[in-house]
Amino acid sequence: MGFFLEVLIGGLMTGMLYSLVALGFVLIFKASGVFNFAQGAMVLFAALAMARFSEWIPGWLGVDNLMVANILAFIIAAFLMFVVAWLIERLVLRHLVNQEGATLLMATLGIAYFIDGLGQTVFGSDIYKIDVGMPKEPVMVLQGVFEGGLLINKEDFIAALVAAMLVAALALFFQKTATGRALRAVADDHQAAQSIGIPLNRIWVIVWCVAGVVALVAGIIWGSKMGVQFSLVTVALRALPVVILGGLTSVPGAIIGGLIIGVGEKVSEVYLGPLVGGGIEIWFAYMLALVFLLFRPQGLFGEKIIDRV
Amino acid sequence: MARLIGEVILDLQNVSLSFGGVNALVDISFDVREHEVRAIIGPNGAGKSSMLNVINGVYRPQAGEIILRGEHFRQMNPYKAACAGIARTFQNIALFKGMSVLDNIMTGRNLKMKANIFQQAFWMGAAQREELEHRAKVEEIIDFLEIQHIRKTPVGRLPYGLQKRVDLARALAMEPQILLLDEPMAGMNIEEKQDMSRFILDVNDQMGTTIVLIEHDMGVVMDVSDRVVVLDYGKKIGDGSPDEVRGNPEVISAYLGASH
Repeated sequence: MGFFLEVLIGGLMTGMLYSLVALGFVLIFKASGVFNFAQGAMVLFAALAMARFSEWIPGWLGVDNLMVANILAFIIAAFLMFVVAWLIERLVLRHLVNQEGATLLMATLGIAYFIDGLGQTVFGSDIYKIDVGMPKEPVMVLQGVFEGGLLINKEDFIAALVAAMLVAALALFFQKTATGRALRAVADDHQAAQSIGIPLNRIWVIVWCVAGVVALVAGIIWGSKMGVQFSLVTVALRALPVVILGGLTSVPGAIIGGLIIGVGEKVSEVYLGPLVGGGIEIWFAYMLALVFLLFRPQGLFGEKIIDRV
Repeated sequence: MARLIGEVILDLQNVSLSFGGVNALVDISFDVREHEVRAIIGPNGAGKSSMLNVINGVYRPQAGEIILRGEHFRQMNPYKAACAGIARTFQNIALFKGMSVLDNIMTGRNLKMKANIFQQAFWMGAAQREELEHRAKVEEIIDFLEIQHIRKTPVGRLPYGLQKRVDLARALAMEPQILLLDEPMAGMNIEEKQDMSRFILDVNDQMGTTIVLIEHDMGVVMDVSDRVVVLDYGKKIGDGSPDEVRGNPEVISAYLGASH
């Protein structure tokens, strides 16, 4: 029982991180109907910026406090993501208003390669590390309840907590503020939103900025876990099954989808893995997504696709 | 009626609009005076909605001019039109389906909100005060249109007639000078039509809003409007008071067929 709980908690924590990346997809899809293929590239770019600035800043400013360097690097990286968001809207999306979904998808594919290249040109293409002072050692809890207690990875726990807080803050922002309301309006109906004076362009910049910050936080968390390197781009691919499961248009869907996939991966790896020789973790999420595509293509919480005949 | 019809506020001159080879509007000119109810009528496919979409900027005409309060425009766009005080409703209701009635109407206040995104994000005094002010105004509109009982309901769950009313409420929340109504009574039963006519007249009378209205139900149009433009196959075939239009032989033949 104790072991099962350990696996479950581990899965939930990883799942929360998937949710965070999936949220980036959902935000942009809802507001602009674009499936943003560049989300992974944005994660990499943000992580690279964070890693390199926190490395450079002590030299530039003569501070050797890790905390200060990290905070400054975070601010600069966030600002950089705003600039990227603004440029994407200005140079690409603005000119593609009312184009087909496939055109927009191709455009984001192009953006993805551009950002990949730009990031590595500016920041270098080695493996860098992000050290935000996350404790690495695991911690034992509930020793009184279960024999041997539960072993919990402190780093994963903190990361999951940060992700959960960010998601909660965003949800509040969307529900409770005037801008959030305008964002939801745009997500529902572009034309109506424009006709009541909601500026589409500004909303898109805001959404891409938010997605940029989400990418930054995801980049920091994943980067400090596995190092900042090109393979961070694939983190976004792992979030794909999450959005298929949760529905591309649903924020709660992204969260719950992430948790289901996180738990599913871990539990199946531990309990089914030995039967088929292991390695389930890698493809389990995609299998689950495939099943969903067959039986419930709109996802758990997505809008039902109804075609009028 | 106490209201005074004023100067020309919106003037369309020689507007033509085509899609590929189809001429949706051919050389249309008419004007709208302040505080009046101006109707655009015509059979299906006459170009009524296209006309409205030109005024609101959804479509860009190939020729002609839109003169709004003396300012000349080659074309509008929906955002610019909204900023200039033009609000509209939609023929196939375009409400934000996932949101409550109250939230839908609150979005209409967007242009009047001044607090910036950071003030909103951190729920600072200015943003909070503003939200309350606008909320008060929205409650007035809700009372006016008698939809108090549904204000927390998601609009997707409302019956058609009420959705139309919420659509009107959202447009009114903008406190527009000119209100464009695209078939406000389409698909309604008699009772709902009567309610809607009453609301339109009240808006015009009490708020002084200029109204441009599309409708193909002749009876309703004749009752509520001051002047009527008649379109047929993209051309203007009549313009004048309801009585004048009713007596116009071209209008009669467009509506009843060639034999008269």
